[in-house]
Amino acid sequence: MTSPAGLKDATPSFKQNILLRSAGLLALLLVLLALCFLSIAVGTRDVSWPEIMAALQGQIDSVGDAAVATRIPRTLLAVIAGSALGLAGAIMQGVTRNPLADPGILGINTGASLAVVIGLAWFGMSLAHTYVWVAIFGAGITAVFVYAIGSLGLGGATPLKLALAGAATSIALSSFTIAVVLPRNDIAGGVRSWQMGGVGGATFDTLLLVLPFLIVGFVISLLSARKLNTLALGDELAAGLGENVMLARLSAGLGAILLCGATTAACGPIGFVGLVVPHLCRLLVGVDHRWLLPFSALSGSGLLLLADVVGRLVARPSELAVGIVTAFIGAPFFIWIVRRQRVRDL
Amino acid sequence: MTITQTDVLERVVTQRHKRRQGWRSIALIFMLILLVGFTLTLLLGQSFTPPLDVLRVLLGEPVPGASFTVGHLRLPRAVLSILVGVSFGLGGVAFQIMLRNPLASPDIIGVSSGASAAAVFAIVVLQWDGTVVTVFSVLAGLGVALLVYALSFKNGAAGSRLILIGIGVAAMIESFIGYVLLRAPAWDLQEAMRWLTGSVNAAQLSQAWPVLVSLLVFGGLLLSRRRDLDALRMGDDTAAALGVKVGVTRVMVIVSAVGMIAVATAVTGPIAFVAFLSGPIAARIVGSKGSLLIPSALVGACLVLMGDYVGQFLLPSRYPVGVITGALGAPYLIYLIIRVNRAGGSL
Repeated sequence: MTSPAGLKDATPSFKQNILLRSAGLLALLLVLLALCFLSIAVGTRDVSWPEIMAALQGQIDSVGDAAVATRIPRTLLAVIAGSALGLAGAIMQGVTRNPLADPGILGINTGASLAVVIGLAWFGMSLAHTYVWVAIFGAGITAVFVYAIGSLGLGGATPLKLALAGAATSIALSSFTIAVVLPRNDIAGGVRSWQMGGVGGATFDTLLLVLPFLIVGFVISLLSARKLNTLALGDELAAGLGENVMLARLSAGLGAILLCGATTAACGPIGFVGLVVPHLCRLLVGVDHRWLLPFSALSGSGLLLLADVVGRLVARPSELAVGIVTAFIGAPFFIWIVRRQRVRDL
Repeated sequence: MTITQTDVLERVVTQRHKRRQGWRSIALIFMLILLVGFTLTLLLGQSFTPPLDVLRVLLGEPVPGASFTVGHLRLPRAVLSILVGVSFGLGGVAFQIMLRNPLASPDIIGVSSGASAAAVFAIVVLQWDGTVVTVFSVLAGLGVALLVYALSFKNGAAGSRLILIGIGVAAMIESFIGYVLLRAPAWDLQEAMRWLTGSVNAAQLSQAWPVLVSLLVFGGLLLSRRRDLDALRMGDDTAAALGVKVGVTRVMVIVSAVGMIAVATAVTGPIAFVAFLSGPIAARIVGSKGSLLIPSALVGACLVLMGDYVGQFLLPSRYPVGVITGALGAPYLIYLIIRVNRAGGSL
């Protein structure tokens, strides 16, 4: 992944670069805040300025207040879910050295959701916090499975093999999910709307439930930035530099799995955020993971918030699940990346 | 020279004869299996109907009770299953042969989802019905096929790029189906399942006509190109050297395969993995004994017919046929990827 941007980073204007990037991070943060405000103010129902202010102070007197009040947890969930997905995508692309890696494309979100659905349908899982554990378990198994299949044979885990293994696993797991859900009319409706991938049903309880897992995931992920930089040099060189390649992969992968498992438990499988965001951020800040990871996290939040707001506006008076919107943004992007790759690299 | 020219010629002739014989007996066995399956699904359902009653219903005589269960429930279902199974099997294998890749089946590269999206959009949002829906979904299927092909075309089409791009397009189309279903006035799970995984529930004999007509037109067109398609299996250059007009053949194959699949999809939805599975199963059985088209069509019909029966009666709860074929096809898809990766092939 030594793109021209990566070479430029080594130029003497290093300090200036840090300043520039910090400013970029700050600007991103401001954009994110603006989007948060937009997400609270704009929705299926038009609300007035005083209603927004009242609801933000915790009053629920009018319908408008109540509408705004339900938008607050959903906005927060979109922020943390988006950053988790963006970060997970950046890490997966680093760990697998694969431009097509994304929790959705590699089938990991589908694995998490199948695990949750099986838990619901067969084991009568009802305690909310078991959801998260089960989802993370499913995500982990799927990740190992897809990576194992994708790295069989000559050449190891090439982008094409991994993407195909992931897509195939994803298709396979979703047909199992349907087979598990269908006979259970009692849970089918809920599961189907959850499977679309949305942040609409968010409450503060959901947030609190997944937050501990996400925090652990964030910490592990951000700490692995330096390891990912070494891994980017290739396995041999990384090992030569004293990096334990296997351990680095495992720890970074664990962080990503925690992030996307917990996110899937809260919002259902949301695809393509983890694909789009790191690519855009790489254009902005280059390939240094110490910058790429925080940028990806913030931009992921921004993208998911924006997708959620768009989903609320285009389908009035109903609303569009955010997973549908991200697929519409992300799939053309995916196609563009596939086209850009040379056949040999695929 | 110990072997004379006539010796060799004779040997070739007998070998060919033997292979053709083998192919014929395989096709015959498939036909028999299909016939037995068809008869069984007419006889057996929630209750057993005596063969004589079934025969009388088929001849058009009114039989109390059996007229409804056989004539109204089982017969349309079985007929439709066979027709769409043949359509999917034939269309799927045509794509797989043309692109020389089992993964390049229409249900993986988004053609089936395109047809399904068009059908569900026409029915739910535009409130069309009848032939217009079918035509619309054929056009949409063709559009998606052309789009995927055009997008993957860059210094020549690479098979793997086509598949990945197809998967991306399919992801987008499926979320569009999700969107349309979400806006449907009455959220009906059965109806939703039809457009997501395919089902022959509530089949009527009148629905079988368009599928039959498309099979005769598009299937005939495809079978008339059988030799050219078989030559394409050896690669475009070899085929061209053998006198095949590669471009024309390609267009004809795409149009006819997409036509068949889209018409079937407009009626039953994209029955999961039938198009993908039929070709490889047929190839495993037929080997190099001859053309894969007809065996694959028969395998497709068997898959839908039996999958529907299993889903209706043999499991603790009722499943639409798409769920059964989906659960069958999914492990095979993964197995295929494992096998290809291990062999070091580039797909």
